[in-house]
Amino acid sequence: MLFGKDDKMYEFEFEKPSTVAEAVAALADEDAQALGGGQTLIPTLKQRLAMPSKLVSLTGIDGMKGVSGGDGMLSIGGATTHAEVAEAAADAYPALAALAGQIGDPAVRNRGTIGGSLANNDPAACYPAAALGSGATIMTNRREITADDYFRGLFETALEDGEIITAVRFPVPQKASYQKFLQPASRFALVGVFAAKYAAGVRVAVTGASEEGVFRWNEAEAALDADFTPEALDGLSVDAGSMMADLHGSKAYRAHLVGVMAKRAVAAAA
Amino acid sequence: MPKDNDSGIGASPKRREDVRFLTGAGNYTDDINVNGQAYVHFLRADVAHATINSIDTSAAAKMPGVVKIFTGADFAEVGGIPCGWGVTDRHGNPQQEPRHPIIADGTIRHVGEIVAAVVADTVEQARDAAEAIELNLSDKPAVVNMAGALAEDSTKVHEDLTSNLCYDWVFGNDDDTAVQAAFDSAAHVTTLDLVNNRLVANPMEPRVAIGEYTRGTDEYTLHTTSQNPHVIRLLMCAFVLGLPEHKVRVVAPDVGGGFGSKIFHYAEEAFCTHAAKACGRAVKWTSTRSEAFISDAHGRDHVTKIELALDADNNFTALRTNTMANMGAYLSTFSTSVPSYLHGTLMAGNYKTPVVQVNVKTVFTNTVPVDAYRGAGRPEATYQLERVIDKAARELGTDPIALRRQNFITEFPYETPVALTYDTGDYVATMDKLEQVADVAGFAARRAASEAKGRLRGFGVNCYIEACGIAPSNIVGMLGARAGLYDAATVRVNATGTISVFVGAHSHGQGHETSFPQVVAEMIGIDESMVDIVHGDTGRVPFGMGTYGSRSIAVCGSAMVRATEKIINKAKKIAAHLMEASDADIELKDGQFTVAGTDKSVAWGDVTLTAYVPHNYPLEELEPGLEETAFYDPANFTYPAGAYACEVEVDPDTGKVSIERFAAADDFGNIINPMIVDGQVHGGLGQGIGQALLENAAYDEDGQLLSASYMDYAMPRADDVPFYQVDHSCQTPCTHNPLGVKGCGEAGAIGSPPAVVNAVVDALQSGGKEVTHIDMPLSPSRVWSAMNG
Amino acid sequence: MAKVSMTVNGKAASGDVEGRTLLSAFLREELGLTGTHVGCDTSQCGACVVHVDGQAVKACTMLALEAEGSEVATIEGQANADGSLNTIQQAFQDHHGLQCGFCTPGMVMSAAALLKDNPKPSEGEIRDYLEGNLCRCTGYHNIVKAIMAASGQDVSSIAAE
Repeated sequence: MLFGKDDKMYEFEFEKPSTVAEAVAALADEDAQALGGGQTLIPTLKQRLAMPSKLVSLTGIDGMKGVSGGDGMLSIGGATTHAEVAEAAADAYPALAALAGQIGDPAVRNRGTIGGSLANNDPAACYPAAALGSGATIMTNRREITADDYFRGLFETALEDGEIITAVRFPVPQKASYQKFLQPASRFALVGVFAAKYAAGVRVAVTGASEEGVFRWNEAEAALDADFTPEALDGLSVDAGSMMADLHGSKAYRAHLVGVMAKRAVAAAA
Repeated sequence: MPKDNDSGIGASPKRREDVRFLTGAGNYTDDINVNGQAYVHFLRADVAHATINSIDTSAAAKMPGVVKIFTGADFAEVGGIPCGWGVTDRHGNPQQEPRHPIIADGTIRHVGEIVAAVVADTVEQARDAAEAIELNLSDKPAVVNMAGALAEDSTKVHEDLTSNLCYDWVFGNDDDTAVQAAFDSAAHVTTLDLVNNRLVANPMEPRVAIGEYTRGTDEYTLHTTSQNPHVIRLLMCAFVLGLPEHKVRVVAPDVGGGFGSKIFHYAEEAFCTHAAKACGRAVKWTSTRSEAFISDAHGRDHVTKIELALDADNNFTALRTNTMANMGAYLSTFSTSVPSYLHGTLMAGNYKTPVVQVNVKTVFTNTVPVDAYRGAGRPEATYQLERVIDKAARELGTDPIALRRQNFITEFPYETPVALTYDTGDYVATMDKLEQVADVAGFAARRAASEAKGRLRGFGVNCYIEACGIAPSNIVGMLGARAGLYDAATVRVNATGTISVFVGAHSHGQGHETSFPQVVAEMIGIDESMVDIVHGDTGRVPFGMGTYGSRSIAVCGSAMVRATEKIINKAKKIAAHLMEASDADIELKDGQFTVAGTDKSVAWGDVTLTAYVPHNYPLEELEPGLEETAFYDPANFTYPAGAYACEVEVDPDTGKVSIERFAAADDFGNIINPMIVDGQVHGGLGQGIGQALLENAAYDEDGQLLSASYMDYAMPRADDVPFYQVDHSCQTPCTHNPLGVKGCGEAGAIGSPPAVVNAVVDALQSGGKEVTHIDMPLSPSRVWSAMNG
Repeated sequence: MAKVSMTVNGKAASGDVEGRTLLSAFLREELGLTGTHVGCDTSQCGACVVHVDGQAVKACTMLALEAEGSEVATIEGQANADGSLNTIQQAFQDHHGLQCGFCTPGMVMSAAALLKDNPKPSEGEIRDYLEGNLCRCTGYHNIVKAIMAASGQDVSSIAAE
């Protein structure tokens, strides 16, 4: 019998299937919820902000783990941890590996998964910037969703009930960098900018800043298409009105940081 | 025992407590489980101010596992939590003192206040049932801002008080005309408005309480995370529950840090004790961190205007402060002493300012109660004084170090205009040492290197003095303390010569289990492994006022010395008897008693055995046994002092400040264990840097705590701080306690925030920014705003 | 209730748990391994860090059932076979890398994970790695120093012994 500290969640059933098909079946139950690494979901459940009937762990599905690549693409299984991406993607997509290696802290990176992060779509999370900034494709058990269609605002995505992110496919850019300015307490991104240069054009994605969640900074992309240098961003700014404001930064400060971090990302892109 | 680095006073033996902590064998309160215990979940207010119209617990009471549900009505006959210090205001009137109930008594006055308590078989059941309690509330306007709270038309936090003012206090020179005259005749006046930010202590171990009741003997035991179990027993028995003290045992086992927040008597302790009898079962509560943010007493939260007058030669001629200090919704144990006597008495600082006037208004608001946090009043005094001096130096175009040196107190004892007598010190020496340790000479080159990579670099310095070793009971009694502040120790020598020292101080990180035996072993000349201390249990330790205010070695350590002296005196009598010599001729060295001028000797162990096997013993003159107790009441405070320097880099693009170097030169008087002292300073510096750059317990206008978890309350992490350079080679021993010690626990937290802010202002001004002040915490956002304001 | 089995500090361990039972609760309450501490509920303080299959994880942010079949290592299993402190533990004692002791188990477990991957970390790498381990007592100075010493680096020039 277990009692103890009063951080107890509502009770739920727990399943850990070994195939996607089993997971999909398990998630068919009403109020069942997928569990990635749990690094965001478990703290949320401790606050009793959610009441799933069942948690379906996706970390036992071998087919959803690992990093593979070729032909200018890098595919990451949805249940791959941040630590694994940081290591396995280091040669193929160093900017993405570096981003993964800065999420949370080492213990969090050993549990948290890319699928869990993208499914949650925290407005201050790092992976949404990488996915949107790379023009990645979110692969699910049902379909493929482009990053441009996937992110729908704060904690909102195109995922439907019972839909599982099985993998994420990243086109590898010519060069890219992610620059994160830390919120001093949570160490999430107060502002994070992912800039990537592709043959087809530059993509710049911003996380942490906007009231609408991760977004592309189109004006910066256009400027960088013409001239991929930090100076190309001189004089450009995002609309402060749409930025978040909280204890850690005003709208104006976040808007300013978007410019600073974007320039740093371009300067650091490799 | 020969002097080496492993034993005796001044050595740094490795800490003996470490082995259990490093192997997972510590015994913290949450590690303890009592047979048959039930668990309590506290239903806490999620609004700041409301009338409780009704509480319906009927559905909750039928939930599985529920043992009993308590509301305010169940504690109507029980006393409120007492305030331990009564401050008299400037008109001679007592502070306003509201009732502080265990469970809200019809009105909710802060987010986190206990509204109901559910005791159940499991904590899950208790939490589930608490969600079924139906509250009918009528919200009232939240009183959050202190200035607003003092406005005539403000909502009152306590309807039965005349206003939200707890007291309006003046200290030092209370002749307003004379003080104003000193300012009118000044050649220069520097004024600074500042905020000392509200903090949450955040010891890594959240609070825990386990109440037990034994029907057969009518005895209670409370296990609790406390810095001072005897104080908890006294307050809880005498003022709250009305229990006879001898029927109550309070145990504080291994405690995972306190920093002040575990001094106070909390509602949860009284609740678990009371509920254990009412439920017929032990009742356990373990705080979550989220709960801790809204139920542990907060610290600081002062808003101050300070004015410094200087003559044409830059001598300080007068100082005047006006402070509003937040008390929160109720008066916590030491709350009213912090902004008054623990703050006002330190306003002279290290300087011979002849006229000092301190004005303080304490204010009730709909926020968590505010009380002592590491330094307690002294950081607030030091911060404003050392900031205004720095500002004055910049206005006058003079060197901040030179301006301080010019105004240092240099002769001791020194009577300040704010009631203290500094017994000893050498502020010139600590500043000399600081300039060396901080490598002031090398700063220009370091600044140039920073500027070359696009960063601004600043250097900030400050001095501090604190009054520690609290406190002479007769003096604090005159000032309103409702307790004596002596301490006690019992030295129990066993027949075989080993020793247990029962001390009233509690060790929760300070390493007493290592440092206290160093003293006793050296006094007798035996191996330290023969001496253990016992602390944290009213059932074993005779009495003690506990650990806070850097008092443990200065006050309890002195009691231990006195008790050990009694032991030695008695042992010498026994030795004299054994050697057929006069007591006066007996000497004790290296654990051997000798008769002066002869080769006669008996060993420590022979004497202790004789005390317990008194076959050959002067029974008509001496009792058998070897156990002595001493209570020690200090003659004065102790006055640790020092000078600190901080070097920062500021990223002008983002406003981010990084601490590049931090140097501390402290005078703690004599030192028992330098390793432990360094560690105490390091920890204080970490917390002071945290206050200066990161930490902020911020409320919104509705009284909701915005930074109520580590997601928003920025704790200092390893990469927020550098290696520190600390030095305590300047030592002017305290003149009035037997060890010549002053205390070191709070210095780092007191002395560091102004150095950080002074350094940032220096950096920004070096970059051509007209910034004279930024309120803490100097977050990137605030620094950037100041630079671009 | 479901049965969970794992290996903890080299010994088989099992028990009946609920779905919601955290690994930290299973270790502390079912197995009595109270050296793993819980200092927050937002997965930040790191007092609960243990190793699962060789990797540092926060035991308060992992369900006991997620550890089914795993090898779990806790602070209780870190000392040498003869009971003496291991290299990291000894360095913490030698360099006063702990005060109240509450964060210490997590610090030691994180340090062990770091040194496994990076046998000679720099000061900066250590500070960076400890992002998820809060200490309120030491100001981190002696923790960083202890980890450097445990990795065989000369720490004699670091200020203040």
